[in-house]
Amino acid sequence: MSDFLSILWTQRYMVTAVILFCIGTFSLIFNPNLIKKLIGFDLMDGAIYMMLTSAGYIEGRIAPIVTDFSATPSVETYINPVPTGLVLTGIVVSVSVTAFALALVVRIYKKYHTVYLDVIMASMKKGVD
Amino acid sequence: MLPYYQHIPFFSIVLMMIAGILTSIIRNGRAAMAVHLSAVAAILGANIVLFCNIVPTGETFLYQLGIVSHPFGNELVCGPLEVTLALTFLCVMAFCVLGGYKGIFEDIEPEKQNLYFVMCNLITASLLAMIYTNDAFTAYVFIEINTISACALVMAKDSGATLVATIRYLMMSLLGSGMFLMGLTLLYHITGHLLIIDIHEQVVHLTETGSYLLPLTVVMGLMTLGLCLKSALFPFHTWLPDAHGSATTSSSAILSGLVLKGYIVLLIKCIFSLFGEEVYRAFHVGDVLLILGTLAMIVGSVKAMQETHIKRMIAYSSVAQIGYIYLGFGLGGKAAAAAAIYQILVHAFTKPLLFVCAGELSEASGHRKQMYYLRGAGHRAKLAGIGFTVGGLSMIGLPLLGGFAVKFFLSDAALADSWRMWAALGALAVSSVLNALYYLPAIVQIWTIQDHGEDDLPTLPAVRPGVAVAVSIVSLALGSILLGVLCTPVGALISDGLNLL
Repeated sequence: MSDFLSILWTQRYMVTAVILFCIGTFSLIFNPNLIKKLIGFDLMDGAIYMMLTSAGYIEGRIAPIVTDFSATPSVETYINPVPTGLVLTGIVVSVSVTAFALALVVRIYKKYHTVYLDVIMASMKKGVD
Repeated sequence: MLPYYQHIPFFSIVLMMIAGILTSIIRNGRAAMAVHLSAVAAILGANIVLFCNIVPTGETFLYQLGIVSHPFGNELVCGPLEVTLALTFLCVMAFCVLGGYKGIFEDIEPEKQNLYFVMCNLITASLLAMIYTNDAFTAYVFIEINTISACALVMAKDSGATLVATIRYLMMSLLGSGMFLMGLTLLYHITGHLLIIDIHEQVVHLTETGSYLLPLTVVMGLMTLGLCLKSALFPFHTWLPDAHGSATTSSSAILSGLVLKGYIVLLIKCIFSLFGEEVYRAFHVGDVLLILGTLAMIVGSVKAMQETHIKRMIAYSSVAQIGYIYLGFGLGGKAAAAAAIYQILVHAFTKPLLFVCAGELSEASGHRKQMYYLRGAGHRAKLAGIGFTVGGLSMIGLPLLGGFAVKFFLSDAALADSWRMWAALGALAVSSVLNALYYLPAIVQIWTIQDHGEDDLPTLPAVRPGVAVAVSIVSLALGSILLGVLCTPVGALISDGLNLL
């Protein structure tokens, strides 16, 4: 039992990320509210970014920003900067996707006066366009 | 000093992006279309030069982007297979836009027409990037660019039906790209690399030592599932008929012919370059693809039979055709994968042909899309009728047409394996019969002469196709015929290219 708990503790970022990812996926698939679907998508992406950041973090090291120019910078001082770069790119991507999706939801709301996908589908079946 | 042609893949992608920026500031829709088409034509020319340079020697090269060198930097990879796919996609892109241009200028508000071509440019750029990239994260970024622009193409018509179709497509796509990214992140955790070649080395090492096998299975599952969701494999196809059926003609053609294929090209990269074929087979992900592929072939065709709306019928037929591609991956082995890639090429020509012709035929029938109203449409729009016939017969698998070559290659490859053979041959036989059961009545319907005593259809005038549409229909039909006639050399080209991946 204590083994399991210690694994949980050392992998805490991973575990949290997976839980958040599952919550996000669930809400993206099953929630009929379009806005909540999008929140679910952002939760999914946020979980992934947390996982990526934790992949690059090395205990006791600092961000790779050189402030002291007198000393020769050593690789041992800094964390791995690649995942941080990936997260930045990923955030840009998910911001643009979210913006596009929200604009689309606004358009749909103007046409159907609701953000519930099941209501919209039902009114489409009836032929109310 | 690099040979000049090695710069072509990079500059193709960048030129398409620049064309996207240019079209966003040009206010005139027709000028934007001219910019888009000339950019595509220029890149097509450049890629033909590239093709002539590397295909005879079978050369594959890596192109480093920026100054950061191998394990950390970003790279492009180009070989015979990549350049063949790029050439096909560029041709089809131009013909899709040409074939549906009337629809674009009718369905979209004048002040927004240039934005449509921004999306076309972005889709072309992202397709080229997905074909040429050697970096898994770059692939993800371009997946998202492709998703946004594809959704924008669907909603361009701006009616209630297209908006709802778009949001459903977008939600499914977001789920797919989320899963792909999650798989990628886990893979980065395990291997510590982003370049496909380096990841492959680590994956082989991990499977040989037998460590991290469960995470690797999860990664393969997530990445494959993500790409399947986006390329509308059964049972994730529910968004496809609405999106393809309600959009304007060009959008349907581009989505069906190209966008879905882009994700499948990425899946080929994942299977053959990233994981390696033996590893992929050892984890039995291919068997799942085989089962879903055969189901897609049958269910897609049955659904298409029940449709009376011509564009939705063609869209459901896409579900079945995507099933053929996944059947090829599921069978395993290079020969079956080569057949699947052949199907990508054939379908990239045939499906836009069917959509463009269906658009013309429905225009000749007073813009109505129900099968009933299309009676005799082939006589009113002769070229579109002939094009539809060629496309439909190719889908059924008549010899000398592209579809026959695919079915031949697939069944030839299936003979290598015992239980997979029966599944594959059975599905191919049933699906061919079902294809015939809905394409033949459609073809008969459009060539039936109107009998004014019996039906209440109004007499409509004949429609002459514009030059652009005629060029598009003739070229696409020629493409699907040539792929059927020249199946031996093209098949050899593909399997050689596949061996070099």
